[in-house]
Amino acid sequence: MNVGKDLVAASATPLILAILSEGQSYGYAIIKRVAELSGGELQWTDGMLYPVLHRLERNGFVKAVWEQAETGRQRKYYQLTDAGTEELESQRRQWQVVDSTLKRTLFRSLQPALQGG
Amino acid sequence: MQRMSLEEGIAEWKSYVRRRQAIHAVDADELEDHLRSQASALVQAGLAEDEAFLIAVKRIGELDALSREFAREHSERLWKRLVVAPDAGAGGGVDAREALVAVALAACAAVAVKLPELFGVRMHQDQELPAFYIRNFSLFVLPFLAIFFAWKRSLAPSARLWLAAPFVAAAFAINVMPFLPDAHTLRLAALHLPLALWLAVGYAYAARHWRDHDQRMNYVRFSGEWFIYYALIAFGGGVLMGLTAFIFSAIGLDPRQLLAAWILPCGVVGAVIIAAFLVEAKQSVIENMAPVLTLLFTPLFTLVLLAFLATMAWTGRGVALQREVLIGFDLLLVVVAGLVLYAISARDPQKPAGLFDALQLLLVVSALLVDGLALGAIAARISEFGWSPNKVAALGENLILLVNLGWSAVLYGRFLAGRVAFTKLERWQTAYLPVYAVWAWVVVVVFPLVFGFR
Repeated sequence: MNVGKDLVAASATPLILAILSEGQSYGYAIIKRVAELSGGELQWTDGMLYPVLHRLERNGFVKAVWEQAETGRQRKYYQLTDAGTEELESQRRQWQVVDSTLKRTLFRSLQPALQGG
Repeated sequence: MQRMSLEEGIAEWKSYVRRRQAIHAVDADELEDHLRSQASALVQAGLAEDEAFLIAVKRIGELDALSREFAREHSERLWKRLVVAPDAGAGGGVDAREALVAVALAACAAVAVKLPELFGVRMHQDQELPAFYIRNFSLFVLPFLAIFFAWKRSLAPSARLWLAAPFVAAAFAINVMPFLPDAHTLRLAALHLPLALWLAVGYAYAARHWRDHDQRMNYVRFSGEWFIYYALIAFGGGVLMGLTAFIFSAIGLDPRQLLAAWILPCGVVGAVIIAAFLVEAKQSVIENMAPVLTLLFTPLFTLVLLAFLATMAWTGRGVALQREVLIGFDLLLVVVAGLVLYAISARDPQKPAGLFDALQLLLVVSALLVDGLALGAIAARISEFGWSPNKVAALGENLILLVNLGWSAVLYGRFLAGRVAFTKLERWQTAYLPVYAVWAWVVVVVFPLVFGFR
């Protein structure tokens, strides 16, 4: 199953923030982690991650540093800031609202049907 | 061999990325790191390097879409920046060494313009500019501009000698010739000297290739952009001086002498070099302004000239023969010739004839008609005016521009009829440049002799 484009875009920010809350990381590793967590069902166009990261950086939710990677090349690492932690919490609550609302609708009754099919 | 193909692939991909304005060098580095990580993971999974590279590139996404996303996030990058952030890699960075040389030469020009003060030639706020400055003003700055280009183009020593010749000759001619007080020929010479020397700077600009039509056209483009930059700097300088005068007089000090004798002359000469440096640095970064202005004003000038002709025909009014009338029509021709020149300089010669070319022809023809009417009126009474140096200079200029525009009109007509290539027009303009130079030098050197330094 492929997640739609709009939903991918909307979920990018909370996903990145949540992954970075596990510790500092870099673009490629974040994408790998997303694939891992979603069981390969969330497919990003890799390059699109970077403008999102830069936006988070501009908003002060993440901080970026260039460090030497284990390959010997310079790599840009991102880490969550305090403002980012707050943003993650706010995003979590927003998603919860969406999630619990959806669950009270027909979504719940569709679930068994999907599973049955 | 395979290792090479990955590196080559990445290098090539990166060069494509670097052409995107919205993606800066650091972003390209970050994306490259991503590409390498992805490719090496795929290689570890058992793929060949070239396959791994192709898949990694595909996953990173189409460059168009990617650069659009970057542009959305960094919209300021679409505004090309020249000076503010040269290292951010928006293209066209400013060479620090060149900037240093330019500033140093501008400082030299500023020192040169104040040097005569040591020998008692002073500038004063309430007095007219000393005659010494009127004679020599262009000699305080244009030699430094020539040095700038001689340095930048690494001119050979022999070429440097050739370059110095006109400046030495000009300095000699204008200072040694025994002009009478308030001589018209001196004013004319001082007026034409900047043009004469500007074209001499063109020799340094084009290095050895001053006969080359493309190089000449480049100098024309440079001159147009330089003029616009200079006007902008002058405007900024005016604001600066006005505010300086205001805030200092607010605390009861009068800075006018400082402004008039120091800041204004130093700024006027220094800005010449700085503007030239900026134009050189930006040439490929930012859209040229002169052709844009040409595009804007060609239709407007055409309209005005046609309206003028129609009004003359309708009311039967003739050209009033005042003293300045010839100079006014000269200026009209200068503007029209400039519009034609810059329209030609910015046009893609491969493109077929279009509406704008027809408009150019209309502009030239109407300018010729207007000027012809004025000349006819003047020629009838030229003997009444007498052959003063001013009249001869104005008439000569009119004639020179008339020849240029007349032949341009013929060539435009032939081009529109599809009989000649557009390059003919370009060639005609660049081939004509030395005529201006020769005329300017004639006015500077020959006029005083012929008219007895009057």
